[in-house]
Amino acid sequence: MNTLTPNDYTLLLSVLLIPLLGYVVQIFVGRSLPRNGDWMLVGSMFVVMCITVYMFFVHAMGHTGSEPFWNESARTPGGPVFRWLYNTSNVPGDQNLIAGLLYDGLAASMLMVVGVVSFLVHLFSSAYMHGDRRYHIFFANISLFTFAMLGLILSDNILFLFVFWELMGFMSYLLIGHFSHDPDSPRITHAAAACKKAFLTTRVGDTCLFFGMAMFYFLLPREYNQLLEQGLIEGERALSSFRFADLWTMGGQIVEANHGEYPMWMTVAGFFTFGGTVGKSAQFPLHIWLPDAMEGPTPVSAMIHAATMVAAGVFLLGRMFPMMSPEVLQVVIAVGAFTALFAATIGCTVNDIKGVLAYSTISQLGFMVAAIGTGGLGLVAGLFHMVTHAFFKACLFLSAGSVIHGCHHEQDMQKMGGLRKKMPLTFLCMLICTLAIAGMPLFSGYYSKDRIIASVIDSTLTQWRGGNVFALVALPLAAMLTTFYMFRLIFLTFFGEPRDHHLHEHAHESPWPMTGALLGLAALGLFGGHFWLAGDPLSNSGTWFTNLVEWQNMYVTSRGGSLDLTQMNMVAVGEHAAHTGHIWAIGVSLTVLALGFLAALWIYGLKRLDPARITGKLGLIYETVRDKYYIDEAVNASVVRGTMGLSKGQKWIDENIVDGTVLGVGRIGRGLGTICAWIDKHIVDGAVNWLANTTQALGSVARLLQTGRIQQYISFAVGGALLLAAFHILT
Amino acid sequence: MDLLNLNPENASTLLSWLTFLPLIGACVVLMLPASNLRAIKIATGLFTFIPLVLATQMYFGAFDKTVSGYQMVHHFEWIKALGINYSVGVDGLSMPLLWLTAILFFIAVPASETVPRLSKSYFVLLLLLELGVLGVFVSLDFFLFYVYWEIMLLPMYFLIGIWGGPQREYAAIKFFLYTLAGSVLMLIAVIALRLDTGTFSIPELVAIGKAGGFTGPALLGMSFTTWVFWFLFVAFAIKIPAFPFHTWLPDAHVQAPTPISVILAGILLKLGGYGLLRGCFPIVPDAFYQFAYVLGILGVIAIVYGAYVALGQTDFKKMVAYSSVSHMGFVLLGMAALTEWGMNGAALQMFTHGISSAACFLVVGVVYDRAHHRDLNAFGGLAQPMPRYWALATIAFFASLGLPGMAGFVSEALTMVGAFQSQVGWTDEAIASGWMWGPFQWLTLIATIGIVMTAAYILWALQRVFLGTLNEKYQDFKDISAREIFSLAPLLVLCIVLGVFPWFVLDWMEVSVADLMQILTFAG
Repeated sequence: MNTLTPNDYTLLLSVLLIPLLGYVVQIFVGRSLPRNGDWMLVGSMFVVMCITVYMFFVHAMGHTGSEPFWNESARTPGGPVFRWLYNTSNVPGDQNLIAGLLYDGLAASMLMVVGVVSFLVHLFSSAYMHGDRRYHIFFANISLFTFAMLGLILSDNILFLFVFWELMGFMSYLLIGHFSHDPDSPRITHAAAACKKAFLTTRVGDTCLFFGMAMFYFLLPREYNQLLEQGLIEGERALSSFRFADLWTMGGQIVEANHGEYPMWMTVAGFFTFGGTVGKSAQFPLHIWLPDAMEGPTPVSAMIHAATMVAAGVFLLGRMFPMMSPEVLQVVIAVGAFTALFAATIGCTVNDIKGVLAYSTISQLGFMVAAIGTGGLGLVAGLFHMVTHAFFKACLFLSAGSVIHGCHHEQDMQKMGGLRKKMPLTFLCMLICTLAIAGMPLFSGYYSKDRIIASVIDSTLTQWRGGNVFALVALPLAAMLTTFYMFRLIFLTFFGEPRDHHLHEHAHESPWPMTGALLGLAALGLFGGHFWLAGDPLSNSGTWFTNLVEWQNMYVTSRGGSLDLTQMNMVAVGEHAAHTGHIWAIGVSLTVLALGFLAALWIYGLKRLDPARITGKLGLIYETVRDKYYIDEAVNASVVRGTMGLSKGQKWIDENIVDGTVLGVGRIGRGLGTICAWIDKHIVDGAVNWLANTTQALGSVARLLQTGRIQQYISFAVGGALLLAAFHILT
Repeated sequence: MDLLNLNPENASTLLSWLTFLPLIGACVVLMLPASNLRAIKIATGLFTFIPLVLATQMYFGAFDKTVSGYQMVHHFEWIKALGINYSVGVDGLSMPLLWLTAILFFIAVPASETVPRLSKSYFVLLLLLELGVLGVFVSLDFFLFYVYWEIMLLPMYFLIGIWGGPQREYAAIKFFLYTLAGSVLMLIAVIALRLDTGTFSIPELVAIGKAGGFTGPALLGMSFTTWVFWFLFVAFAIKIPAFPFHTWLPDAHVQAPTPISVILAGILLKLGGYGLLRGCFPIVPDAFYQFAYVLGILGVIAIVYGAYVALGQTDFKKMVAYSSVSHMGFVLLGMAALTEWGMNGAALQMFTHGISSAACFLVVGVVYDRAHHRDLNAFGGLAQPMPRYWALATIAFFASLGLPGMAGFVSEALTMVGAFQSQVGWTDEAIASGWMWGPFQWLTLIATIGIVMTAAYILWALQRVFLGTLNEKYQDFKDISAREIFSLAPLLVLCIVLGVFPWFVLDWMEVSVADLMQILTFAG
């Protein structure tokens, strides 16, 4: 189990702290440093790479024994932990959140990949971004971006994974929008829109993930404790926890107590969690942000598309796999397979060199997601593809960057051609990685892609379910299209006659930091799947990744011992099926590779067939694919306009009904006041006045009698006396 | 009187000094010649700085965060005939807010530099306002609480009504009348409680409420405690402001000068939430428990609805004002959930929103001082002439958006998870069927829409103001000045520190929140 000492953890922690410190220094004083401080961040990434590689080879690769490779700093005495919410000890354990580092096979591999790829991308950027207005800010941001990915990989709990996940989203916002500050950039407004779109689209997925996380946090221990009370589970009462090991433990026990059935709510929570992957890993229908993210500088694209950001979603799936019920996995496989095929078709029609690669990324991510969804051996295959893809896709993007750099920021492949001789190193690297992504045997992509196809065949043979069958059709087709559009790119860019002579004449090979980084990545694209210089290259049974990350040992519970996935959501594949699947997979892989290559060669290499004729025949279908199935338009028309409509409607309600009521109450108050004033003036005060007036009037009348003549008074008195006498006598 | 823990070593006049220092300051400023504005500013700065030093000392020194109950109590009889006491003290709920008050008032002084028609009376009123706010946070006697509550009202009215924008009089009157209506309800409730129990003391009322000792008559089919609850709730909900009592806020914000907006959003709104936690829920916990779901619904409406309305605004400041409505919804939702995380989240949200919304208003103030308008659609590309401003604005707005690593995330995450854990309104059948789902689970799910919408309006505003092509008119804008950074930077630093080390406030609140939870769950 734990083989790392506290000192090793300190080393791992420094992997996080070095880029963070670099960022802080760079943001404050970077501008005044020589060369705007790029050497400092490239250097710090070099150190990070060295540490990750050292840790990988010394601990992970050197790990021997039957025990799983599994290290948690929170369970190592003296290991570093981070008390996040509270720093006092009197808070109950489930109230506080104590984060630690988790270093298992998956984390070790991914950490190494991110370390190496990030360093090379940093190196590349130091030449590629030279002369940029905000050069120092760019370096600071890309460094923090890397920090976020490293932190995400090392988190031992899902809440911190989410923290880094979002931080990465924020950094991608800043990086994609890098040119939105640059008045010289012709794409300034596009960049401004693209970074917003990327953040918002992924935010939809992130919010789903957050909700799924909250569901697991609350309901998992509740269900667990209920089963405990019913005596179906033995052990102590469980507390709420975000830690992966605790989640797996509780999930495993619950499913076991239910005889392999997942409770309904776990399926719901699994869907929400998968929503995070759909957003971050650009699965249909939240893939729309990724092509737009091309507005960022090319090194940023390389980072986003290869080792960071999109890989995070797949990584999350790998971490949360035991929590996904078979129903969720069917959806996962369907979404992945659909995305793989659908993006590949678009990739065949794009003319922007980076655009092709963008759709290729979406498609490859679909492969990974679908593979994990098969729930069989595909879990490891999908994660493996994430690793190899990180190498070759980073190389492809940087090569494309090198081409763009050499062609003075021209990205349209239709204007290129014949660049092979002008940029030999770039061509070589791009060719190697094209072969890798196409799944050419001996190249890294072959080892992972072949496994994916094999696992899809396996799972279909074992379980004839809709998602599996769909993937069985879609993935080989997508693989064929991958080969086609990648060779289309190669032929259009590097072969044939130059279509734009002005462009061609001024094209040049890139400076050494760029080509150096390219060569490094190309080497990884070639050898990254299997260090075949040191072993039998044709053996697909034991690559370094599949030896290190085994599904039997991937999920170590907090009680020790690994989770038995076959009792949960994993389809147990029989030996026979596995063998058949493997044989078939090689056949299918090679066939689609050959078909895709020949088609590209026929049309773009030998030009035996004019592409315009094909597109003309396809007509509406072609236009639909070329216009990306009108998904952006549909989203704009429905979601964006709907939201704006809702917003306007609620604003109207707020101004007219809610505030209107308030103003109405105010008006009523004022109206009542006016009425009262009127009453007061005319009735209350009127009554007083009337009384006074009447009194006065009566007085005036009475005054008439007051003449002051004594004779008159006597005559009144006598008259009165007579009247009284008469009255008396008469009654 | 043991409820106040009145032993000699606990007694202290520190809080009274803190409260009345601004009053002394106001007197000093009054004596200064009106023509010497510089001296007035320095004096005001000094008399907001001393309380800040004092509050900081208390926060890190005198205040013992491990102790339950009130601390630094200062108590004597004030109006003997009516049983009114001067009784002040702090606990973990009020201490962080007290500190926040001291910080924001100190920041408001340099931020007042660009207020038009600035004069001596402005600063006097500002200091009087601080007196009122500090007083409310320390009062342990409901009558005293009410007095401070009213003291606060008048300076605010004048500060908006005299130094505000073109429609300042309308906004000021609206603010005043609306809040006054709430105060009247509070006064009625306080008098009713006094008549029923014979005391104004909040700790005593809480003890009586816990024991179910209210004997007041039912009226119109509602029990005495229910009446008290609704009167107090509406009084405080207006201040929060909770939907549907929020419409005074956008008007007040849009018309108020920047520093007054900062104080309004940063502190005055928190008085509503604080009032609920101090003077409403613990006194009538059974009524609160009964109506918790209503509060939760109001909170979620505020979150989602506030965000949508903010998205539709074209006035930069009005957008931030509605974002306050939206964010304060989390306070209600968290409280109503009746879980530890929810309550901690609500209490923390008051603090974090106090920082981030204050920062956002300062950011808006910076651009308003230069452009003299706030029309979101008329800006564009301001990041080019003002890169430092863009950087600071980004921090402020992303903190408000709830980006992990910043303060807002912690409180919102605690609130959301806490609300999701709530078992309020669960039926026995639901529990038995294993489908562990009730009203608050739905509410949390709906509230997530608000989280996405928050990102939408903030990013859209940032895009329209800072990114893209620069409007020629704004080419010569000066980047953010040292004075503006002086006001903004402490808040942004707090945003990040609290995001990374939330225990920096949560540790202080923890004991008091646990006490509060004990009282509230007792009712359930």
